[in-house]
Amino acid sequence: MMAGRKQAVVMDRRAFLSVSALAGGGMALSLTMPGLALGAHHEDTGMLTAYVAIDSSGDVTITAKNPEIGQGVKTSLPMLIAEELDCEWSRVKVVQADFDPSRYQRQRAGGSLAIRFEWLPMRQAGAAARQMLLAAAAEASGLPAGEFSTRDGFVHHAASGRKWSYGELADAAARQPAPDLSRVRLKDPKDFRIIGKPAVGVDSERVLRGEALFGIDTNMPGMLHAVLETPPAHGGRLRSADTSAAKAARGVVAVLKLDGIGGPDAMSDCVAVIATNHWYAEQARKLLKLEWDVSAAQGHSLDAYAKEAARLHDANSGTVLRSDGDATARLAEAAKVVRARYSYPFIAHATLEPQNCTALYTDGALEMWAPTQTPERGVGMIERLLGIPADKQTLHITRIGGGFGRRLFADYMVQAAALAKAMPGKPIQMLWNRAEDTKRDFYRPGGWHSFAAGLDEDGGLIAFTDHFATFGSGGKPDRTAAMQPTHFPAGLVDDLLFTVDVMDTVIPMGPLRAPGSNALAYAFQGFLDEVAEAAGKDLPGLMLELCAEDRMIGEDVNGWGTGWAFRTSRARGVIERVLKDCGWAKRPRGGGRGLGFGFYFSHQGYFAEVADVSVEGENVKVHKVWVAADVGSHIVNPMGAEAQVTGAIIDGLAEAMGQRISFTDGVIEQQNFDTFPLGRISATPDIAISWVITDNAPSGLGEPALPPAIPALTNAIYAASGKRIRELPIQSWS
Amino acid sequence: MPEEDEFVLVVNGEERTVRASADMPLLWALRQELGLSGVKFGCGAGLCGACTVHLDGSPVRSCLLPVGDVGSSKVTTLEGLQDDPLAEKLFDAWLEIDVMQCGYCQAGQIMTAHALLADNPKPSAGEVDAAMEGNICRCGTYPRIREAIRIASGQEKA
Repeated sequence: MMAGRKQAVVMDRRAFLSVSALAGGGMALSLTMPGLALGAHHEDTGMLTAYVAIDSSGDVTITAKNPEIGQGVKTSLPMLIAEELDCEWSRVKVVQADFDPSRYQRQRAGGSLAIRFEWLPMRQAGAAARQMLLAAAAEASGLPAGEFSTRDGFVHHAASGRKWSYGELADAAARQPAPDLSRVRLKDPKDFRIIGKPAVGVDSERVLRGEALFGIDTNMPGMLHAVLETPPAHGGRLRSADTSAAKAARGVVAVLKLDGIGGPDAMSDCVAVIATNHWYAEQARKLLKLEWDVSAAQGHSLDAYAKEAARLHDANSGTVLRSDGDATARLAEAAKVVRARYSYPFIAHATLEPQNCTALYTDGALEMWAPTQTPERGVGMIERLLGIPADKQTLHITRIGGGFGRRLFADYMVQAAALAKAMPGKPIQMLWNRAEDTKRDFYRPGGWHSFAAGLDEDGGLIAFTDHFATFGSGGKPDRTAAMQPTHFPAGLVDDLLFTVDVMDTVIPMGPLRAPGSNALAYAFQGFLDEVAEAAGKDLPGLMLELCAEDRMIGEDVNGWGTGWAFRTSRARGVIERVLKDCGWAKRPRGGGRGLGFGFYFSHQGYFAEVADVSVEGENVKVHKVWVAADVGSHIVNPMGAEAQVTGAIIDGLAEAMGQRISFTDGVIEQQNFDTFPLGRISATPDIAISWVITDNAPSGLGEPALPPAIPALTNAIYAASGKRIRELPIQSWS
Repeated sequence: MPEEDEFVLVVNGEERTVRASADMPLLWALRQELGLSGVKFGCGAGLCGACTVHLDGSPVRSCLLPVGDVGSSKVTTLEGLQDDPLAEKLFDAWLEIDVMQCGYCQAGQIMTAHALLADNPKPSAGEVDAAMEGNICRCGTYPRIREAIRIASGQEKA
């Protein structure tokens, strides 16, 4: 019943259900369907699959196909199935699938996409299984199917008072024809008993028991431990290596020189030290005598980039990203012009579990245990670069100690596979130390914006320009360093000009939680706060004015979460709600304390946030953050949803307060949490969340709460102290 | 193997023999010589608290403590707290409000919280923050860590 990828594309969005009997009694149901098309730019036209098994005891096993990086999908997606199956949530077991593209097609965590993609198909799968159980009861009793109902894992026949457990019916249900998915009856949302109720994460208890769940916890007899010495500067090449002292060190089994393959997202030139314990490998690594050619990174320094950006801004160069009307002419005739430059630095992902992968290569076959957000990427790269065919690779997806986008890359998988291939028959765990993890990241790129806004005599915003200096190659911004031409306030100001200049860099870039948005929200909402003040308004007032008319801006193009159509009325809904919640109209002004506002739309989520901040000298204290959020018609698991919102805000505040990756000639200057500070408990504000429920498809929560937290903070600092934050981070650590 | 390289550690109530260099941090002896995965590696510099274990009941950073310096002190990891009544209260509170997101730091958080409550059964909000300050949670579960410690300590909401 499994259809190939090619076939799927022409399948006319038909879904397939296949049903089979379970070996020990019971039914297994798998749902295969085309991916949701999201427009021409969307790369993923693959298929989605759900797998549900009901055994003869009535236990329900649901296979979680996507990696779990802490966003709770291993809990929330099975909740969707269990709701429509109408079983007890306590009878549901969730097991993690290995990587198996022939079976699961899309297995990925990222982009806040899981709920968006799976809301309907997961429910349909559950409803289909329920319908077959009903049919089995009807067949067994000879009564019409319409007389049966379900509840909590039982099929009931009201007239006779009889009931059958799902376990009793599962065998017979497996022999029923699979229903037409488009016709399965879904519950009326008012009857939901699982969706919308707080559920504890399916693996939480196992984590508290100290079970070996994470990639780093992989262990097996005879396993060796590898560390890599990599170029001191990005783009560096190994000139010569004296490994004799390292080879002779305690616990060392092998020292291997590996040539770079496939660019920085695979493996640079490096020397691996393989020992019986990570500690021995690290100690021996210090004995390596290596000479590197680091000329490729000459001049690639953060200060030099900042100077170049300023030069580009002064020259007012750039290519046009979007031009509506004649913004330049309108600025010239404006009653008042506001100008400001905003910048933000490169920052790292800093997942608490450092990058690691365990691999074993035997008889031409590779087995791997990897904490990865994108299993197919690693498998594909290993096939291409190391010549190990995908069908000779087995990949176990482990629990992941934080993703944030870092583990969308598969460099650590390629490296572990290369080591395993070089030492057949030996299981090898490659683990980076913290300094290595900080140094070999794919950073959120820094950026520089030069803004101008024109106001008419009544304080109306009549012209808006942004000149964005960013990074990429061949004049095209890197995907994670780009901004959408639909970025707010595009489409809402008649005369608007967005221009872009692209600088080359050797520093690897990548998506970090709410890519693009995590930087652009701060720059745009910070500048618009200045514009609002110049116009005699406040930022939420200006936003409501711009969004007064109900309009749809842009179209869905899947651009790292920012390429979605934006609806002004949904923005208004959350802005009005947060203003009410925080008592904005009666907010304190000056005297070292103030409220600041930020709004942002990303990943289809509409978030308005207000921060209450004290400033005393250099000290900034965030007391409270109010959040109003519109992610559609349902909050699947409120327990997980609130955790995502608070976590994203705490993340955003920490980024803004102190995070900065700097470099000179390609050498990263931060190593650990003393110079790259993460949020800590004492800096954590109270966070109050209001869900604004609207009649829209539910969307994801891994990311969209983060971006507006940063301008809410910086605008609050201005309200409290009169100091504009036009450069991040707020506190300097150098 | 020289004799000074063999250490008898008291780990979770049992004597365990470890062969290691004296300078090997306790973290790597526990994880890779004794197979205890509850203790986690985060920073290797005492900055994040993921590797927190108890030494005679006090929280220590096992990434900085050489195995040769442990001596006869009792080492307790998350695995060793499974039947401990105070730990049970913490586990129950942790699950009641589902503190964790990715979960990677949580063993260290529990170890620190356990030492706090063992020493100070009814800590104030300020005392909780002060005790937990050294444990980083990259997912930002801090509001629920505060709340779970309050629940485990049997205190009313402020």
